[in-house]
Amino acid sequence: MKQIPASLLTLLAGVLVTLISLWVGQNHHLLPEQASEQAPLVDNFFGIMVTIGTALFLVVQGAILFFTIKFRRPAGDDTDGVPIEGNFSLEIFWTAIPALIVIGLGVYSVEVYQQMGGFAPATSMISHAGHSTHAAHHAGSAMAAPMLADASATTTGVAQSDSKVPTYGVGATPAEGGKTADVTVNVVGMQYAWIFTYPDQGITTSELHVPVGKDVQVNISAQDVIHSFWVPQFRLKQDAIPGEQTELRFVATKIGTYPIVCTELCGSYHGSMRSEVIVHTPAEYEQWLTETQMAQLQPDHRVAFSPAELSASEFLAPYAAEMGVDGHSLAQLHLDRPS
Amino acid sequence: MQGSTIDSPSPILNSHGAVASDHHGEHADLRVWGLLTFLISESLMFGGFFAAYLFLRGVHTQWPPEGTEVELLVPSINTIILVSSSFVIHLGDTAIKKNDVKGLRLWYIVTALMGAVFLAGQVYEYLTLGYGLTTNIFANCFYLMTGFHGLHVFIGLLLILGVLWRSRRDGHYNGSKHTGVEMAEIYWHFVDIIWIVLFSLLYILTQF
Amino acid sequence: MTQAQIPVDSQVVDHSLPQSAWKWYDYFTFNVDHKVIGLQYLVTAFIFYLIGGLMAVAIRTELATPASDLLDPALYNAFMTNHGTIMIFLWIVPSAIGGFGNFLVPLMVGARDMAFPKLNAIAFWLNPPAGALLLSSFFFGGSQSGWTAYPPLSLITANTAQSMWILSIVLVGTSSILGSINFVVTILKMKVPSMRWDQLPLFCWAILATSILALVSTPVLAAGLVLLLFDINFGTSFFKPDQGGNVVLYQHLFWFYSHPAVYLMILPIFGIMSEVIPVHARKPIFGYKAIAYSSLAICVVGLFVWVHHMFTSGTPAWMRMFFTISTLIVAVPTGVKIFGWVATLWGGKIRYTTAMLFAIGLLSMFVIGGLSGVTLGTAPFDLHVHDTYYIVGHFHYVLFGGSVFGIYAGIYHWFPKMTGRMVNEPLGKVHFALTFIGTHLTFLPMHQLGLQGMPRRVAMYDPQFTFVNQICTFGAFVLAASVIPFTINMIWSWMYGAKAGANPWNAKTLEWTTASPPAIENWEVLPVVTHGPYDYGMSEHQAEAAEAVSAG
Repeated sequence: MKQIPASLLTLLAGVLVTLISLWVGQNHHLLPEQASEQAPLVDNFFGIMVTIGTALFLVVQGAILFFTIKFRRPAGDDTDGVPIEGNFSLEIFWTAIPALIVIGLGVYSVEVYQQMGGFAPATSMISHAGHSTHAAHHAGSAMAAPMLADASATTTGVAQSDSKVPTYGVGATPAEGGKTADVTVNVVGMQYAWIFTYPDQGITTSELHVPVGKDVQVNISAQDVIHSFWVPQFRLKQDAIPGEQTELRFVATKIGTYPIVCTELCGSYHGSMRSEVIVHTPAEYEQWLTETQMAQLQPDHRVAFSPAELSASEFLAPYAAEMGVDGHSLAQLHLDRPS
Repeated sequence: MQGSTIDSPSPILNSHGAVASDHHGEHADLRVWGLLTFLISESLMFGGFFAAYLFLRGVHTQWPPEGTEVELLVPSINTIILVSSSFVIHLGDTAIKKNDVKGLRLWYIVTALMGAVFLAGQVYEYLTLGYGLTTNIFANCFYLMTGFHGLHVFIGLLLILGVLWRSRRDGHYNGSKHTGVEMAEIYWHFVDIIWIVLFSLLYILTQF
Repeated sequence: MTQAQIPVDSQVVDHSLPQSAWKWYDYFTFNVDHKVIGLQYLVTAFIFYLIGGLMAVAIRTELATPASDLLDPALYNAFMTNHGTIMIFLWIVPSAIGGFGNFLVPLMVGARDMAFPKLNAIAFWLNPPAGALLLSSFFFGGSQSGWTAYPPLSLITANTAQSMWILSIVLVGTSSILGSINFVVTILKMKVPSMRWDQLPLFCWAILATSILALVSTPVLAAGLVLLLFDINFGTSFFKPDQGGNVVLYQHLFWFYSHPAVYLMILPIFGIMSEVIPVHARKPIFGYKAIAYSSLAICVVGLFVWVHHMFTSGTPAWMRMFFTISTLIVAVPTGVKIFGWVATLWGGKIRYTTAMLFAIGLLSMFVIGGLSGVTLGTAPFDLHVHDTYYIVGHFHYVLFGGSVFGIYAGIYHWFPKMTGRMVNEPLGKVHFALTFIGTHLTFLPMHQLGLQGMPRRVAMYDPQFTFVNQICTFGAFVLAASVIPFTINMIWSWMYGAKAGANPWNAKTLEWTTASPPAIENWEVLPVVTHGPYDYGMSEHQAEAAEAVSAG
């Protein structure tokens, strides 16, 4: 061993560490299958961090092990070690290298986040699809009729204006650009279930069904406490926040059934607040859609609730619509009413 | 044994140039530094309230909401009183630095009166505003912030009264020994500064 | 004394104490001696550690099976909430800062006590009532909204218990602020005059940075909790969205404190590391200035990273990116320390005392926890693992593998100074082995659980995770067992351990220049500093030359 120069051993160690780290970065098998367009982006990013982390881990742990063995106190030796207090170039080196690494990771993070669609959910108008969220402000009712939402906004006195409301979450990837999504689903989280509404099709379900390869937008809201919508196989998560509009947008890339996991403590049964996202072939999706529409839809397009569970205004809403009573006239009535 | 750190005793000068002697346990009076450190921390609690106020103001289009506007007359008078009282209390500190205990007592009594008037003005405002703590989110902020501030004014008032009480004893405060006087003054300035920020946030900012 | 009579500034404050040594019952009283207070903090905190640990055992036992079949779900959540709360506020913070800080800082700077001894005692005595209040909340169901207490959940669950929880935190927060005032003023103003700033022990630099951070961040938590308390009890709606409030506001107020809180829990530990490693490796600390400055850097940068706890919340993209970058930056000063300590080992004469074993163990634990932390600081990846067991694995590596290992290292290192007796080393090594193995067994598999899809704060989980959970549970039992040899060692050694002299480790900081345990006023005559705190391996001549270079 004495014949081999230390520099050569160090080089060998460096090469080994690099190879091992690269291998671990590619083969850790720690992540579940990829089922969204964003998943590979996240996984590659994670893989790079695992590589760097493995290298650092091996170097530091290796040094610790090596030093603690090589520099253990010889028996009977009570003298001190070498009085080295520092080494300026070494300290610069091990400050600069990590600084460069973190700057690199920082830049790369922004790049990955942008590719995932993280910059896309900007200020957006509350669409008709969003009315169900707005109505969620109204205590108690989950599915108030649209015009009730308008009326309730004015009587609360401090409701947010109907114009620009920030949307948090992950939006369309740059590939989709400014197009609207192919499928839009509204999700409401409540203790302890997720309710999915397809506003364009007028159906409500307890699982999320989506077609593979299509751009899906999930508008997320919460009725009572904070929940969080996570599909591990999509690598996407967004909190469902009472009073806020949030979204996730993805393209599912693999047929199958994946869990939807609530990832924000929401009460005693938080652990059982789970649902599923079923990724269909386009044909199967259409078939499911049709079947569900036929099962659920009633002529007046009202969501199938038991009449007893509806408030007076919800029950009367379709009749009022027939008679031509709308949000404005209702609002007038509300204003005339003593507060 | 490796080198000893204990040397033979000799007079040791501290950073102030005064003698920090070997007299067991004695050191310079650091209470003013302690108070300043505490007040930095306390300012940040108000900072948390201010941040909450600005955040909530930022997410509401109408602020203050309909029906809970602020009135300006009494609070503005109160502001003038409180800010002036900072000058008055400083006169008291100047007095004791010249060994003038009577001057100290005079100016501190005036400060206490001004502080009491301020608190009375706050109570008057609370009673006549027409909305309470729970009326709406602005009212929540308004009463919480002014309430906590008022509490601190009250404590300041107690400190001033405490100084006045102690000043009755001959020689308790003199030209070179008046830490309590200084501490009460610094605390009072703190209360004043917090009010200036509060006034700006609650009364001035709501005009725009 | 033979000094000439010099007129003493009439402003001088006298903390003279009447006795020569404390009796055992003095330790149960309102006592202003910083050493007594330090020990009071340490022992009280350890008791809470055991209570919090029992809660952890209950949690891990429940998690041995995928179904929620052991505890009532509300009780499970109460255990989960209070386990975290107790470990943070009643174990790590009080022992690292209140315990070690109070015992050591005056000794290390050459003072007889802290700047404000009575305030110090008040600060300690806020803790037992806070703990009692927290434990009493269980009579009302215990708070169940996690140590983070996010509204609206915390507004609608166990209101009385939640209010008691809030008041308890306010008490410990106040204790923390009062203690920090003492440390800042003592370190800045009461250093013995012959000690230069570059001779201040790194533990003191660490406590200084910690205290500044506590002073600045804790009040913001107080503000947030006051708003929460008002919402629960006085009809306000700061965090009620349907009445104009905003729940994300709470998160900002909470995390503005709670991220610095993790630095409060690790900076003093870093300070302990900088003290223990040079002594037991017989080497100067490598990079004194870098380590001192990095503590201050962590203090400053650490105030601007809090949103990385909110990457999936109501935070806009620009905010998520800003805080990704700031979080990555804060990793650099920490890395500097790790490398410095590893380099301190080089060329040393390392003794495998239990203290050193825990210090070296900490190094490897913290590298793992720190690396997983860096991954978590990046928003794109955090979107996947936030609120999963990956997080639980990460923070237990840095809090248990970091803070707790460091507290143990500190206890084994300063036990002789505090009690005048030596610890039983073989038993200490058994403790270390159990702790080291238990920590890895319990927390390493959690990373995989999170990555694969297991959320945190749950009593029931997908059965595919059963086997790995059982490994974690087994590890938890090993950790539970590990406190047994430690506790036995502490009690037995305190009563019957071999007598330690003033300086059994042959260390060079000022606390070792006085008796073990120190006399009530620390020294008969205040010490004069003639060499640096880590001048190992230097002859008298070398030390003086080094002094001349530094002073010039």
